[in-house]
Amino acid sequence: MAREALTGSRIRERRIMASLKQADLARAIGISASYLNLIEHNKRRIGGKLLLDIAAALEVEPQTLTEGAEATLVAALREAAHEAGLNGAEAGRADEFAGRFPGWADVLAGTRRRLDALETTVEALTDRLGHDPHLAASIHELLTTAAAIRSTASILAETKTLQPEWRDRFHANLNEDSDRLSASAQNLVAYLDAEPGAEDAASSPQEEVEAFLSARDFSFEMLEGAADTDALISGMLADDPVLRSPAAHFIARIVLRQIARDAAQLPLARLRAALAVSGVDPVALARALDQPVGRVLRRLAALPELEAGMIVCDRSGTVTFRKTVDGFSVPRHGACCPLWPLFAALGQPGTIIAQRVSQLGRAQAQFQCYAVSEPVTPQGYNAPPLVHAMMLLLPVPEGGTFGVPVGATCRVCPHENCSARREPSILSAGA
Amino acid sequence: MSKHVVLVEDELNIAEAIRFVLSNDGWRVETLANGLNAVEVIRKARPDLVLLDVMLPGRSGFEILHDLRADPAFADLPVMMLTARGQSRDREMARKAGVSKFMTKPFSNAEMLEAVRELTASA
Repeated sequence: MAREALTGSRIRERRIMASLKQADLARAIGISASYLNLIEHNKRRIGGKLLLDIAAALEVEPQTLTEGAEATLVAALREAAHEAGLNGAEAGRADEFAGRFPGWADVLAGTRRRLDALETTVEALTDRLGHDPHLAASIHELLTTAAAIRSTASILAETKTLQPEWRDRFHANLNEDSDRLSASAQNLVAYLDAEPGAEDAASSPQEEVEAFLSARDFSFEMLEGAADTDALISGMLADDPVLRSPAAHFIARIVLRQIARDAAQLPLARLRAALAVSGVDPVALARALDQPVGRVLRRLAALPELEAGMIVCDRSGTVTFRKTVDGFSVPRHGACCPLWPLFAALGQPGTIIAQRVSQLGRAQAQFQCYAVSEPVTPQGYNAPPLVHAMMLLLPVPEGGTFGVPVGATCRVCPHENCSARREPSILSAGA
Repeated sequence: MSKHVVLVEDELNIAEAIRFVLSNDGWRVETLANGLNAVEVIRKARPDLVLLDVMLPGRSGFEILHDLRADPAFADLPVMMLTARGQSRDREMARKAGVSKFMTKPFSNAEMLEAVRELTASA
């Protein structure tokens, strides 16, 4: 199978060696460039006259294009060398490299293929309107309906002496189009919300860990009071279907070890007993239980009944753990809002910050936040401490007093005249 | 004598609104809801202006425009394209096909009317 299936790769390699553009070769043999692209990526079978034509245009024997797997590896290496601008003499030793270090050669060729695939994904994501026919159609539908509504509404608003028949007619159109607009807007949101393809493409180790933790509702009863927690943790990670990458395993182990340490020092049962006395007051709880506030915050986040959110960041401000809560969005790729109490705490190690906040632009849900930063582990003498900060988000019932407005990330934040703004918002004013 | 415009637009409510606005401005408006016979109709009607949607059932606005411009009799006919796809690629295609003016949906009626007047003022 491999022999024939990779003819396209060999055509691509030969074409690049001949310094021919895809479009030029396609024109020479009378097919479209996009069809040649499919052939070159082994997405279309090729044989017969077309193969002979391509071989002739590339001035090679047809067999060169259909021969075995070794040639494909060398082809990928040559292509990689070409892209990297490796000089002729060195690039010419691709055969020798593949022969002497077949394993390394495979790795290099594999990396190169992966790069190709990723470039395609990035391109598709950058120009989604151009590449995603469903999205393009949805947007077209939205704009078309908006156009109909705008024209009709402005006739109704601006024509002083509109006859009743016309007025009724336009009202009916307006009604029909606004129904259509709502339906297409809902469809679009549903599509963007539940798109597995893009999710997969963007999946990072952090996201794998988050999926792993949410699948268990951030609750690990088995680690409470267990003796050999390290063995338990290894068992949990070993055959988990969600944690695919080694990086995700690494991160998950750090998180679970922290949970195990916290559980050993402050079991949830003890926390619940203290909660019954002092209520959700982290400082009072810390005093009553003789525990650091940070640990109390983490343990409170582990109580399912509080439905609290939790965000932890390291000294660089990078979010290392998040338990999300409805109404407070944490951007996926860093760059959070510096106004969060979390970052205020990071700047004042030891100070316990209590602040009511609400995030702009969303449902404006209110949260009572508690944040503190504390040293991770002793680093040694006379060294600045490696701290991390954490913030507990407790949902406040509706109707409470309004909190300090904060954002999620500048790009989607509507806050005007914000002194913490570091880049413009893509939400236009008044939109 | 009232001026004559052929409007090729498959969205009936948009077509109705445009027809109303242009009629109020003294135009005689002929509406077509698909692209298949648009070129023929325009050839026969010899209008003062064509308003052309891009995404049409049957034939695209680009094809229609291309056929019109291929005929010397219609080389200078003002053609305004209306489209919801305001991407630069579409504008480029429209420019190459010889469009006189390109308007992105949703547009305002005033904007559309002004463009129509501008396009036909010199004719």
